[in-house]
Amino acid sequence: MSEVKKVRIATCSLAGCFGCHMSLLDIDERLFDLLEVVEFNRTPLTDIKHCSPCDVGIIEGGVCNAENVHVLKEFRKNCKVLVAMGACAITGGLPAMRNNIDLWDCFQEVYRYEGGLEGGQIPNDPELPLPFDKVHPIYEVVKVDYFLPGCPPSGDAIWKFLTDLLAGREPKLDYEQLHYD
Amino acid sequence: MEPCEYPHIEDQLAPIVGRHGGGDATHLLQILRDVQDHFHFIPPEAIGCLASHLNLSRAQIEGVAGFYSFLSLSPQGEYRVLFSDNITDNMLGKPELMQYFCNKLWVEPGKVSEDNLVSVDSTSCTGMCDQGPAALVNGWPLTNLDQNRLDLISELIRIKKPVAEWPEMLFEVRDNVQRPGMLLGEAFEHGAGIRAMLARGAEATLKEVDVANLRGRGGAGFKTASKWTFCHAAIAEEEGSMICDVGGNPERFIVCNADEGEPGTFKDRVLLSSYADMVFEGMTVGARVIGARKGFLYLRGEYRYLLKPLEAVLSRRRANGLLGENILGETGFSFDIEIHLGAGAYICGEESALIESLEGKRGRPRNRPPFPVTRGYLGRPTVVDNVETFACAARIAEKGGAWFAAMGTAQSTGTKILSISGDCARPGIYEYPFGVTVEEILRDCGAEDAHAVQVSGPSGTLVSWQEFGRRIAFEDLPTAGAFMVFHRQREMFAAAHNFTHFFAHESCGFCTPCRVGTQLQKRIMDKIANGHGTPADLEELKHVGHILGTMSHCGLGHTAANPVLDTLKKFPGTFERKLKALSFEPAFDLDGALQTARDITGRDDDWAHLS
Amino acid sequence: MSKTITIDGTKISFTEGQTIMDAALAAKVYIPHLCHNPEFKPHGSCKLCTVNVNGRAVSACTMPASDGMEVENKTETLDNERRAIVQMLFVEGNHLCPTCEKSGNCQLQAVAYCLGMMTPHYNHFYPPREIDASHPDVFLDRNRCILCELCVRASRDVDGKNVFGLSGRGIGSRLVVNSASGRLGDSTFAVTDRAAKVCPTGAILIKRQGFSVPIGSRIYDHKPICQVETEGKSGGEHE
Ligand SMILES: Cc1cc2nc3c(=O)[nH]c(=O)nc-3n(C[C@H](O)[C@H](O)[C@H](O)COP(=O)(O)O)c2cc1C
Ligand code: SF4
Ligand code: SF4
Ligand code: SF4
Ligand code: FES
Ligand code: FES
Repeated sequence: MSEVKKVRIATCSLAGCFGCHMSLLDIDERLFDLLEVVEFNRTPLTDIKHCSPCDVGIIEGGVCNAENVHVLKEFRKNCKVLVAMGACAITGGLPAMRNNIDLWDCFQEVYRYEGGLEGGQIPNDPELPLPFDKVHPIYEVVKVDYFLPGCPPSGDAIWKFLTDLLAGREPKLDYEQLHYD
Repeated sequence: MEPCEYPHIEDQLAPIVGRHGGGDATHLLQILRDVQDHFHFIPPEAIGCLASHLNLSRAQIEGVAGFYSFLSLSPQGEYRVLFSDNITDNMLGKPELMQYFCNKLWVEPGKVSEDNLVSVDSTSCTGMCDQGPAALVNGWPLTNLDQNRLDLISELIRIKKPVAEWPEMLFEVRDNVQRPGMLLGEAFEHGAGIRAMLARGAEATLKEVDVANLRGRGGAGFKTASKWTFCHAAIAEEEGSMICDVGGNPERFIVCNADEGEPGTFKDRVLLSSYADMVFEGMTVGARVIGARKGFLYLRGEYRYLLKPLEAVLSRRRANGLLGENILGETGFSFDIEIHLGAGAYICGEESALIESLEGKRGRPRNRPPFPVTRGYLGRPTVVDNVETFACAARIAEKGGAWFAAMGTAQSTGTKILSISGDCARPGIYEYPFGVTVEEILRDCGAEDAHAVQVSGPSGTLVSWQEFGRRIAFEDLPTAGAFMVFHRQREMFAAAHNFTHFFAHESCGFCTPCRVGTQLQKRIMDKIANGHGTPADLEELKHVGHILGTMSHCGLGHTAANPVLDTLKKFPGTFERKLKALSFEPAFDLDGALQTARDITGRDDDWAHLS
Repeated sequence: MSKTITIDGTKISFTEGQTIMDAALAAKVYIPHLCHNPEFKPHGSCKLCTVNVNGRAVSACTMPASDGMEVENKTETLDNERRAIVQMLFVEGNHLCPTCEKSGNCQLQAVAYCLGMMTPHYNHFYPPREIDASHPDVFLDRNRCILCELCVRASRDVDGKNVFGLSGRGIGSRLVVNSASGRLGDSTFAVTDRAAKVCPTGAILIKRQGFSVPIGSRIYDHKPICQVETEGKSGGEHE
């Protein structure tokens, strides 16, 4: 058993809510079966900060700022197969609700007029990721191989998707597993 | 009628409504054109007022006002200058000239100047390709623009000289007939066609049109006699009788399609400028054949300058007994023609959209069947034919079908008028018997080192230098008349790019594939033009092109991908030279999308940029 | 003898004047559709119902059936093309399903599920669209409007009110409301209007009914629209 090379998976959350990652944990005891055949590289679960060469990269969340782009490109470079997991990665999702609000207005509202912050400064620290005009799905920034919709996708959907993928099948969700909400 | 809430507006609108149908909603578009002229936009108050005059909902009026590009729901400048955006104008320097003009007047393209004096924008081809760069000022055509002329024009605007008082030479439009044939070259005696028809009888005249094998000149090449016969059949089915040689029936219509919106086409303009009698005569012959009492000339908004002269021709014909009651003394032969103006919408050249527009509505193509010949204008049998088709019909009525059929090829009889523009020494109007090769035409118009010709406009066919032996004919290269020549040094990508903008701008928006597909196509072409294209984008263009071609509702969508697909096939190099070697490039400009945030935070550090 | 057409090899009969869609619905054959609702005059704009008749693509909802017609409906090619159309509808508007009250009851979403749409695929337009909450009982969110004009037809042909219309052109087409302010609250619209209940998406929502049926228990959560539509209920009515 130990000779079998484990499939190496990395995951991350960009402009998302970690809901998809929670759902990943929702596959419950099947997680142990999964760990028989995969090992995790960079993920919020392992605390590894940078992605090294992997078989599969799974991205939660859309692209809302410059840092997201750096992380996403690192994943694309290192992962043979890249998966967009969840509504945010696929359509921008909830964070994209800001797309109809002017960025100027957003900043003013948050840093100038928000209660308790009246007359505050707009932060300009280079440490802070600079936001885009709009939030975008990840496939508008890098090439994406597979999509796993849902907000979040259910544990079952994730399980079905991963088992198909690991078995070398074209991932296919059952009707009730395919959801955009 | 409810009292109008805005008495001052009411005073100004009443004469306009009175001039146009006096409350008949089919005149809505004509009314809105005048309202636009008067207020430089369609004020919301006017919408309310017209709603009660015409017994329409506000939403219906707003729907029409929002559809046509010469109408505007927000205020425009007192002087609205629209530069023709055809590729031929661009090749003559339109982008630079428009920028020059904007700089002079301190106005941004697409915006209104701060003093509300002027607004400048682009518009689809205005049909002056042989004398471009061209523009429209408050709807009147300006030709042969250069910096000198634009200096003069900006001065006239600055001193607020009314357009009517501008020097005439600015508005000079020439026919440029370079090669006349049987339509343009031989004298036409007014009334000769009608007289011959009356002598022969309407049914026999339909036979002549059939023998002539006349096919529609508007592009599709449908056999004219068949269309007229179908219209017959529809009427016969309804009324159970033969209709030839009966008096004009107010319930059927004949329409002359002078929308001529296909970029690069301007032959109908010349026919209507100098051969209008022949066209009206053809309509009159057609009217007699189908038994119509009323005809319309649907004249594209860009040609409004022809309205007055054409009205004068109609009056003269009435005075001479060639229109009106008992034409040429024939009891019960009554027919008259009304001119309707369009307002900037290419789709209104599509016959069913044209009919909607004639009814004063948004120009959106109808579902077919039923076809216009059975249910057209106001739901009644209607024949729609191109300007040139009617001119041919007049000649056939006069000289007979056999005479006509002796010219051209087996399936394409007679002659075809071409409007030639682009890279050639002698642009203008050329009339050839069908069957002429592209090569011969290029030689005649003085096109040296031509690389490609866009035949029949963006919706037609791109012909590369390897195919210059091909012939203008329905059997080979069908055409509505456009013939745009591109020199060896032209970048063919630029033409395809321009055409994708044209279709995206002109899609009526009714059906999903065209409304969204033309937009996707345009965005991908923009991306490639900006140096961010990849091979994957070319695949996407083909895929979107396929959806457009198969799923769209009407001919606009069906042909909207032709220029891109043709160019990809015939000039792949022009695309490949522009591509990045990478297999993927982001859909948007990453660094550009950070600009707002940089402005807000004042940051310019390394992390505030993306390459 | 009754007249028949064949859809994917199955013979179904029709009566003169019926469209391909009418005949199919009567025979419980599902042809995907969004802008069609048998209660109203066929429109033919979404193009989801595109079928092949003698090798030519036609809209089933507007094309009259004629004797002996051979119709291809459920083919991989057509479904791929239909998926592309649905994807176009998703990217041209702002469809953030997790935020939408209609999710699970939405026909656009349901058709997308049926066609196995995993991603909107095209680049998003994220257009700025107007939201109108002025009406006491009904909420109008143009972000989700697919321009099917069902509300236009219902208000005009059934309610006799002409509350809605379309303005603009091309990608700028937009739903407008018949009132001086342009707001729904200032129009004659009433929650009891037929037009309040025909929207296939979440563009027209009745207020104070939000989430009365929880996500997960809604019409299309467990049953594909092709099944729902062929099990008796006619298209459109899914309240
Ligand atoms: C998008 C579109 C634009 C068209 N524009 C014109 C036009 O400007 N002039 C014209 O005669 N026909 C135009 N047509 C063709 C007309 O629909 C119709 O076929 C024609 O007027 C019939 O006249 P004919 O038989 O004399 O050619 C257009 C068609 C489409 C689909
Ligand atoms: S193909 Fe384009 S122009 Fe024609 S109906 Fe559809 S949207 Fe309108
Ligand atoms: S209308 Fe339908 S597709 Fe659009 S957001 Fe709502 S549920 Fe999703
Ligand atoms: S609001 Fe709804 S019913 Fe009305 S056009 Fe939009 S999607 Fe169709
Ligand atoms: S983070 Fe998973 S759907 Fe938004
Ligand atoms: S259902 Fe037929 S076109 Fe929309």
